[in-house]
Amino acid sequence: MYEIVKRRELNPTVTLLEIKAPLVAKKAKPGQFIILRVDEWGERIPLTIADSNPVAGTVTIIFQIVGGTTEKLNHVKEGESITDFVGPLGRATEIEGLKKVAVVGGGVGSAIAYPVTKALHAAGAEVHAIVGFRNKDLVILEDEFRANCSRFVLMSDDGSVGEQGLVTDALKKLIESGEQYDEVITIGPLVMMKFVSLLTKEYGIKTIASMNPVMIDGTGMCGGCRLTVGGKIKFACVDGPEFDAHQIDFDEAMDRAAMYRPFEQERHEDACHLFKKEVQE
Amino acid sequence: MANMSMKKNEMPAQDPKVRAHNFDEVALGYTPEQAMDEAARCLNCKKPVCVAGCPVQINIPLFLAQAAKGDFEEAYQTIALSSSLPAVCGRVCPQESQCEGKCVRGIKGEPVGIGRVERFVADLHNANKTTAAAKPAQNGHRVAVVGSGPSGLTCAGDLAKKGYDVTIFEAFHVAGGVLVYGIPEFRLPKAIVADEIEGLKQLGVKIATNVVIGRTLSIEELMEDGFEAVFIGSGAGLPRFMNIPGENLKGVYSANEYLTRVNLMKAYKPDGETPVMKGGKVAVVGGGNVAMDAARTALRLGAEKVYIVYRRSMDELPARKEEVEHAIEEGIEFLLLNNPVEIVGYRNPDNKRDPKNGFVTGMRVIRMELGEPDEQGRRRPVEIPGSEYLLDVDTVVMSIGTSPNPLIKDTTAGLEINRWGGIIVDEATGKTSLEGVYAGGDTVTGAATVILAMGAGKTAAAAIDEYIQGK
Repeated sequence: MYEIVKRRELNPTVTLLEIKAPLVAKKAKPGQFIILRVDEWGERIPLTIADSNPVAGTVTIIFQIVGGTTEKLNHVKEGESITDFVGPLGRATEIEGLKKVAVVGGGVGSAIAYPVTKALHAAGAEVHAIVGFRNKDLVILEDEFRANCSRFVLMSDDGSVGEQGLVTDALKKLIESGEQYDEVITIGPLVMMKFVSLLTKEYGIKTIASMNPVMIDGTGMCGGCRLTVGGKIKFACVDGPEFDAHQIDFDEAMDRAAMYRPFEQERHEDACHLFKKEVQE
Repeated sequence: MANMSMKKNEMPAQDPKVRAHNFDEVALGYTPEQAMDEAARCLNCKKPVCVAGCPVQINIPLFLAQAAKGDFEEAYQTIALSSSLPAVCGRVCPQESQCEGKCVRGIKGEPVGIGRVERFVADLHNANKTTAAAKPAQNGHRVAVVGSGPSGLTCAGDLAKKGYDVTIFEAFHVAGGVLVYGIPEFRLPKAIVADEIEGLKQLGVKIATNVVIGRTLSIEELMEDGFEAVFIGSGAGLPRFMNIPGENLKGVYSANEYLTRVNLMKAYKPDGETPVMKGGKVAVVGGGNVAMDAARTALRLGAEKVYIVYRRSMDELPARKEEVEHAIEEGIEFLLLNNPVEIVGYRNPDNKRDPKNGFVTGMRVIRMELGEPDEQGRRRPVEIPGSEYLLDVDTVVMSIGTSPNPLIKDTTAGLEINRWGGIIVDEATGKTSLEGVYAGGDTVTGAATVILAMGAGKTAAAAIDEYIQGK
C-alpha cells in the first residue's frame, strides 16, 4: 500500500498528490512516469512524475479528472492509501548540454512541464516557459514556474489571465523576436503538441514531445502504448515517453487516445453517481 | 498387467456450446477411477523414454505406478521431487511433443495420458493438504529472483527448499507472470496459480510486487544490497507486429495486451474497470498457444465470429493439440494458409470528428501455399499472386511472438546478449557473462513454453546453490 501524505486541489479538476514510495522517489527523474492502481479492481493508469523527494521518500503526481479511475483517485484522502504504485518508468528527459530551451506546456500537461523546467533551470540553462490554460480558474503552478525560469509567458484562451491566445502564438512571437533555442520541449494535449511541432519544424528547431498514451504494464510487454515515430512503431513506455516531435504521427496518436473514450465517460458517470450517493446517504 | 486399451481415458470437459460463453475451466479432470485406469496403461518400460522427453525429468513410470495403485499422494510426492508446479504443468505442458510424444504406447494407439494423471494427483493433493509446508532451516544466503513467472517461481522454490533467503521482484501488482496475465482462466484457473505461490511463501519466499528491475532497482543495486546471486526470469518482452499498414488502428491489439486486459485486469468481469473491445468479428493472427488463448477469449467475450489466421497449414500449427481441438469444437474458424497484408480502418471524409474514425473495419488477406523447406525443415509459405481478399472484422489480435525486453540489458553493464537481444547463458548452468547472475526462460530463449522455463529455473537454482556453496 502507498500512502497519500499530501493532497491539494490545484483547480476544480486538477489535484496534486504526494505519495509515499521511497524506492520510486530515490530514482525518479524529470520526464519519467509511474503507473498506479487505486484499489483491487482498479485499472492501471500511467501518470507523469511532477516532483520527487528522495529524502522524504515521496513522489508527487498531478492529475486531471477525466474518467472513472481519476475520479476515484480524487476521492482518496490524506492518510489513506492506494494499492499499487510502480516506477519510475520510461526514459528521463535528456537535459545535458542544453543552454537555451523553450518549454511549452498546456493545461494539466504544465504539471509535467514544470519538473523539466526546474531541472533545466537548476542545470544552468536559460529556460523560457510558455504555459497555456483555458481560463484563469484553471491556472496551476504559476509561482513554481516563475521561480524556476528566466522568462515566463502565461496564455489563456479567453484572455482572463496572462495574454489571450495560444501557446503557439507566444512561441512564434519569441522566435520571431530573435530568441534562438537549442530545443523546444512540449508537454500537453496532443493537438497542442502537434501545432507546436508544426511551428518549430518551419523554423528548424529541434523539438521533443512527451507522449502519454494508453498503457497497461509500462515495461514494454503489452504494446498498447505504441505510436508511429519516423515511420516505425515505437513503444512510449520503453522507447519514450519523449520523442522527436517532428517525427511523431500525431493524428494517429490522437485517434488511438480516443479508443476508450465512450467507455471512460460511462465509467466516470458511474463513479460520480456512486460518490453522490455516498454523500446523500 | 497393464491396461492394454489403445485409447486414453477421455478427459471430461464442459460442453463446447456452454463453455464458449463462460470463463470456467474447460477440462474438468479425471475421477480417481479414470486416473488409476489411465495410469495402468503405462508399460513401465526399462528405458523410460518419456522421462527423457520431460524438461524437468519427472520419474514418470514411478508416479504412474503409484497412481495406478491408488497411492495418489505418493505419486504427487514423486512429481514434486522434480517439478514445483505440478497442477500447472498437468494443464499447460505440450505433452504430445514431450513425455507423451515419446511414449511407446503412442506407436500403436494413443500414448498414456501422463499430463492428465499428473493434473489429477496434483489437484487431489492441493484439495486435501491441511498443514502448511514446513519452512526449511535457513542457510543465511540471500538470492534475488527477477520475475515471478514459471522460471522465477521454480528457481525460487528450489532455492528456498535448500534454505536460501529468496526474494522475488515482480513488475506487476500480482505474482505469476504469464500464468496470470497470459494464460486464461478457462485453461488455467488463477486459484491454482495463487495456491502454488502461497506454497512458495510458506517455504519462506518473499515476493516484492511493483518493482521493475532495470528501473526501480538495477541488478547492480541488488548485488550491492547483499544478494549473493540474481536469477533473471523476466520473460519474453515486447510484442511483435507484422509491419503492415493499419496496425495502429483502434481495434488492433497485441495478444499480450488483449490477454492482459482480460486475464490480469479482469476486463471480463462486471467489476473490472479495465476496458477491452468485446463482441463483433475477431481475427487472431498466429498459430501458437497464445493465439488459441486469444481466439477462445474473444469468443467468451461475446464475439459473433472468431478466425485464426495462420500462414502455414494445420500440420505446422505450433499450438498444443488439445487447444486446437478445443478451439475447433467451440466454433473458431481456422483460415489456414492465409496471411494478412493490410488492416483497413474507417475514415469519414466529410467528418474528421466522426467517432468511428480510425476503428478497424476489415483485414486484407492473401492466400498462401507451402513451398520449399527452409533451414529448419519447415516448408516456407509463399503468397499466391492475385488471391487477396477482404475479411470483415472489427478486432485484430496479433499473436506472432515477442522480441526481448531491453530494460535489463540497457541498465546492466557487462551483461552479454545475442544478436536478437536474448541474454546469453551457459546452457548447463544458466550462468550469464556476469558473476553471480543467472538467467532462464523466455528472456533467454524467446517465447517458449512454461515447462521449458521451469526447466531453466531448476537448472539455474542448482547452479546458484553450487556457486554460493563454493564461494
